[in-house]
Amino acid sequence: MKPGTRLKSAACDTEVMVIRTAGGTIECGGAPMAEDKPAEAAALSPDHSNGSLMGKRYVDAENTYELLCVKPGKGSLSVDGVALVTKDAKPLPASD
Amino acid sequence: MNIALLLEMAAEAAPNRIALVCDGKRWTYGDLLAAARGAFEIIQESEVEYVALLDESSEASMIALFGAALAGVPYCPLNYRLPDADLAALLERIAPALVIGDEERVERIAGDQGHTVYARELFTLKAQESWPEGEDREYDPGEGVAVQLFTSGTTAEPKAAILRHSNLLGYILGTVEFASADEADAALVVVPPYHIAGISALLSSTYAGRRIVMLPSFEPEAWLKLAQGEKVTNVFVVPTMMARIIDKLADSADANLSSLRSIAYGGGKMPREIIEKALALLPATGFTNSYGLTETSSTIALLGPDEHREALTSDDPKVRARLTSLGIPLPTVEIEIRDEDGKVLGPNEPGEIYVRGEQVSGEYKGRSALDAQGWFPTRDAGYMDEDGYLFLSGRADDVIVRGGENMSPGEIEDVVLTHPAVGDACAVAIPSVEWGEAVGMAIVPREGHEAPGEDEIKELVRSRLRSSRVPEKVVYIDELPYNEMDKLLRRKVKDILAD
Repeated sequence: MKPGTRLKSAACDTEVMVIRTAGGTIECGGAPMAEDKPAEAAALSPDHSNGSLMGKRYVDAENTYELLCVKPGKGSLSVDGVALVTKDAKPLPASD
Repeated sequence: MNIALLLEMAAEAAPNRIALVCDGKRWTYGDLLAAARGAFEIIQESEVEYVALLDESSEASMIALFGAALAGVPYCPLNYRLPDADLAALLERIAPALVIGDEERVERIAGDQGHTVYARELFTLKAQESWPEGEDREYDPGEGVAVQLFTSGTTAEPKAAILRHSNLLGYILGTVEFASADEADAALVVVPPYHIAGISALLSSTYAGRRIVMLPSFEPEAWLKLAQGEKVTNVFVVPTMMARIIDKLADSADANLSSLRSIAYGGGKMPREIIEKALALLPATGFTNSYGLTETSSTIALLGPDEHREALTSDDPKVRARLTSLGIPLPTVEIEIRDEDGKVLGPNEPGEIYVRGEQVSGEYKGRSALDAQGWFPTRDAGYMDEDGYLFLSGRADDVIVRGGENMSPGEIEDVVLTHPAVGDACAVAIPSVEWGEAVGMAIVPREGHEAPGEDEIKELVRSRLRSSRVPEKVVYIDELPYNEMDKLLRRKVKDILAD
């Protein structure tokens, strides 16, 4: 999968842009994400239902995966079952 | 990824929020996205290689920027202040292009180059009408070039600097928090559309959800009126604008800039007395000095609001000096100072500024200036102090080499500027039979003062610097040649001294 690919959640409204990725499975709400929505929605796993936030970047501990949430939803993001966390950038003063 | 994503996200999150105010007309994010999609249709139909803008800032510059991005065609805003012959040469380099703006001029100077030309109003109108809502469209994935900007070409033919979607997105995603602006926030944009600061202002405000208020051409009174009327919270200005604004502010008792939280400045060198005056006049406003280049997608280092106040009031000369620094590098880029052989230098050692990061394109049409490790040589000369503050001494190409000794013009100018009767000064290399190059100095006497004599200037430099820095020739002129972004055109000063 290439950076810039847009993935949709099978379990909720979440959509992400892939900024960095490796070989693992990117999931939302506990179900694998794909470029197209499945005909039938997957069930939202209670373990992965903390929600995704628009405009937040999500990364794993090793920083090998990075996703930009472009549409929020009820599911939370994970890779191979391990939850991703938001990348908090130090706020900078507006410079332009 | 495509930079149009920034507008798509803003329109997704807040379609009815005001995105842009220009000439009294208000545009929401939804309006702008629909118009950008309409512009995509126009661009697709015209089968061009570039989308060019030959116009002042307006809603058309924003619609064209994002419309071109959706179509995967580079957006190339042109400097309408250029003389006909220079402009025609640039138009030739981007033919065939869809040109938005001065229809009559394109017809007159480049009528045979195969361009498709739209006057601003017609382009805007057609863009608003052309989006076939509901129909599926395959937009460009954004793997190529988003923007091409011609450098000002003060030393040679203008270079076509290339910014890819990935460079611009790297900058915005790395420095701006999505939808972080309050609905009441507004940014006053007065830089020309063909300057990198004009592009980055549109992108960062869109992603932050900050209303853009456009002032197509700068005039202090109009600027103040708009800033007050629209309750502007953020502005970016070049140093001359700052000087003229504070002059105006100082004598208009009823001017009220209480909504103004942040003034960012850059472009040219900010004189210390101007920034000190501005800090005193606007005690509640945060000042940010931003340093960047076209080739770096805008800002790579900045001096923030707290650092300004600290530098103003500190007793420590090192902290005070920071008021004239460029601040510290953004956390998303790396900066190094290197000597002529490429060796990395330590603190306070002067050399050339190198930068690396996602936002750094360092690319011109047909060639990349990056080294094998991705570092871009900025050609700016400077140094970094032991606390990581970056100081600029000028362009590397402006260094005067006298008998093998490298001298920075800034160092000599700073000394000459301490003379009370000197308003402005510029040191350049002049040919010397004996030394190869020597120092030539152009001086603008301060208004109301008698010009200091040549011997007085020489003596002043001799008393403060090594004798090699003493100007061999001094000329007096009414003003130095600056471009509209406050870049000093040293090449022209050289010509004056050569006469």
